[in-house]
Amino acid sequence: MASKPRVKVPKKASPGDVITIKTLISHKMESGQRKDKEGNPIPRMIINRFVATLNGKEVFSADIDPGVSANPYLEFSVKVEESGTFNFLWVDDEGSEYSTEASITVG
Amino acid sequence: MKVTRRSALAVGAGGVVFAMFGGPTTKSWATPEDAAAIIKEFSGGAEPVMGGISLTTPEIAENGNTVPIGVSVDSAMTEDDNVKSVIILAEGNPRADVIRFNFSLANGVAAAKTRIRLAKTQNVVAVAKMGDGSVRMARNQVKVTIGGCGG
Repeated sequence: MASKPRVKVPKKASPGDVITIKTLISHKMESGQRKDKEGNPIPRMIINRFVATLNGKEVFSADIDPGVSANPYLEFSVKVEESGTFNFLWVDDEGSEYSTEASITVG
Repeated sequence: MKVTRRSALAVGAGGVVFAMFGGPTTKSWATPEDAAAIIKEFSGGAEPVMGGISLTTPEIAENGNTVPIGVSVDSAMTEDDNVKSVIILAEGNPRADVIRFNFSLANGVAAAKTRIRLAKTQNVVAVAKMGDGSVRMARNQVKVTIGGCGG
């Protein structure tokens, strides 16, 4: 349903830097508003939740509604103080989870 | 995939969101009144103040299927001055609520970008809930050439 997510995280930063993180996941984000050729409603099927953690601690999340475009893109910032690993998690309407990780060296 | 406590929590939260917004499919359209009701619930009664928040949208969106938007709130993101969350609303979409960003002090700056669907020319609204309970709001009109909620 969704393909492997892509994230862009700087490999290195200095303590106190505010870095920008960009994420993208392939997903059709079926809104539930459309109808098929026979006029039957196409059931809603979207990514409804995104969570970013750094070293296990939540730093950013988003609750997503059908108004977000297909292949949802999210960009946000994190102030980094120490090296660590980001985990990014997407959850869809069927409860399927997609996740990826990225490490950053701070110092 | 390994199921951690955190991911289990996230799934639970997602389920709640689904239950709230995943009701029967209808083709009724949101109105500015619907958006106002969502803002009222989100703000917890605090009167939204214009300013201190900037919403970046294109003036004209040729393709309503994917309209880049950005929101940025003036805040030091410290214990005393921070942003809890920001909701984005589209007053003229089939459903007004679009996305909710939940910030933490670790963000350093309260800013986020995404791409949204706009069914027609309409106002996009960003509402920020601050740590002290105050609420800020920005509203931009976006002219849409080809609507993005086709059906």
